[in-house]
Amino acid sequence: MSLPEPLAADIRHAVASHAPGVGAGSDGNADPRGAVLEALRLVQHAEGWVSDYRVADIAALLGMTTAEIDNLATFYSHIFRRRVGKRLIMLCDGASCYLNGADALRDAVQARLGIGFGETTPDGEFTLLNVCCVGGCDRAPAAVTGRDRRLCGPLAPGDLDALLADAE
Amino acid sequence: MTGLPLTRHARPDRRPHSLAEWRALGGYDAVAAARAMAPAAVVDMVAAAALNGRGGAGFPAATKWRFMPAPGTTPGDGPSYLIVNGDEMEPGAFKDRLFLEALPHQLIEGAIIAAHAMHVTEAIVLVRDAYRTGIAAMETAIAEAEAAGLLGGLHMRVHGSAGRYIVGEETALIEALEGKRAVPRKRPPFPAQSGLWGRPTTVNNVETIANAPVILAGGADAFRALSRTGEGGTKLFGISGRVHRPQLIEAPMGTTARELIDRCGGVSGSGVLRAFQPGGGASGFLGPEHLDVPLDFGHVAAAGSMFGTGTMIVLDDSACPIGVVARHMRFYARESCGWCTPCREGLPWAARILDALEAGTARATDLDVLRMTAAEGSPRGRSFCDLMGGAMQSLGSALARFGDLFDDHLAHGCTIGARH
Ligand code: SF4
Ligand code: FES
Repeated sequence: MSLPEPLAADIRHAVASHAPGVGAGSDGNADPRGAVLEALRLVQHAEGWVSDYRVADIAALLGMTTAEIDNLATFYSHIFRRRVGKRLIMLCDGASCYLNGADALRDAVQARLGIGFGETTPDGEFTLLNVCCVGGCDRAPAAVTGRDRRLCGPLAPGDLDALLADAE
Repeated sequence: MTGLPLTRHARPDRRPHSLAEWRALGGYDAVAAARAMAPAAVVDMVAAAALNGRGGAGFPAATKWRFMPAPGTTPGDGPSYLIVNGDEMEPGAFKDRLFLEALPHQLIEGAIIAAHAMHVTEAIVLVRDAYRTGIAAMETAIAEAEAAGLLGGLHMRVHGSAGRYIVGEETALIEALEGKRAVPRKRPPFPAQSGLWGRPTTVNNVETIANAPVILAGGADAFRALSRTGEGGTKLFGISGRVHRPQLIEAPMGTTARELIDRCGGVSGSGVLRAFQPGGGASGFLGPEHLDVPLDFGHVAAAGSMFGTGTMIVLDDSACPIGVVARHMRFYARESCGWCTPCREGLPWAARILDALEAGTARATDLDVLRMTAAEGSPRGRSFCDLMGGAMQSLGSALARFGDLFDDHLAHGCTIGARH
């Protein structure tokens, strides 16, 4: 499946808006590299994840190799190189959350969904990820959910229904 | 939140102000004041205010600003950059989120002032991907300020990070903005000579920049007078872990842990303090004997720890400190950029041993390995950046302070956990 034109246009726009000045190479020209993470994010925003096809598309658009793109896509933890579920739950496994019951919350979520961190439910509904310190230590144990990364907390294992419903 | 100047306009629900609301509060007056001054005079004022960078290292902000070359003195043409670092991911840190979400216009004011002081024409606010609310608030506020002509010649935009704690390191951040893996750069050259795209660049923490309008509005003397110590201003402290009401508190620099914990309703769990980390996950553990240490960069360092981001993790004596260190170590192992061997290999090793201690499957020799790793890994210069050293500082201080608990874990595994 080739890159839909609106998405390609967004990526070209990202490259252009990294110039002049911002993202301009020392020779004064726009360096498409400055837009590569933005391109990955745009693809992920539109399609939920970054497939092999899209890695190749971005490479072609920016004049880079697929190895270069993959090297970046796999380094940055918020770029997904595997298909994720419709609903995303990121549980904090930082110390402040641990001190306020994050382990029990994790166990409850994993038991309920039947999956571990980094996994997606077989029906493609939920993906569960562990992240550290989502900046909600005053609401520990905390999670961020859904496309707009909503902060939820403090969460007790009994709040699971609300957490899962919120992950839209 | 209190009436102190840094966060007094933040609403409890964090709803950001529109430009009109912000101007009604006196917003952008500090910008006008700065623009009426020569750039060097603004830097002098920040120096006189004794503002230390709030991102962790505590380096004097004005000194950093002075590293930037005067216009016309760098070879070739091109812009120079101010990067406002909002890639907050340190375990226990939740302060920058407030500025990004609730006080975007204050950050823009700070960026304009800093840009004026350093002759910078391009400002980038780098925000972690998980802070979508903050990204949206900043984008809206920048568009408003631009439409109202308040940015002057400054070109400002928000850049969402794609994840990875190491992006918060100033040279790794520059690599990320250039579309590369976020691996720290060798210094020198320092970013002020050769930073983003080879151009002069200054990276300042969000809270540092948020302080600039406070200084310009009230003057250097008033700013210094806000503090109880020689380091100027107030600090946005974040207190979390085992306290009754974890929260952000703006208080004078030099406020003590005792006061902050009291304001959070005291120690929760058993009610008895075992230890606290004064400056996030990479800071060494302090104990009840340190409750009256004035919290600022100098005093906390003298007490044997690190003030860092000023975000404190509190442990009572019914919570397991080894569990805390195990989580820190897993985090640092996961977030290592992988460039140098001691960090890439050493951190996962330490993390695995701590996991084994929790599970009760560790061997006696494992403790020797942990001690050796902490001793070898914590001095500066053993690895390329400070991620490794910071992680090892928390481990080393835990080994020193909770030695009997480590022995206990060796025999029985973790019997304490994090129950309430
Ligand atoms: S210490 Fe760790 S994070 Fe820092 S450069 Fe080395 S491998 Fe990367
Ligand atoms: S440690 Fe969980 S949000 Fe900070």
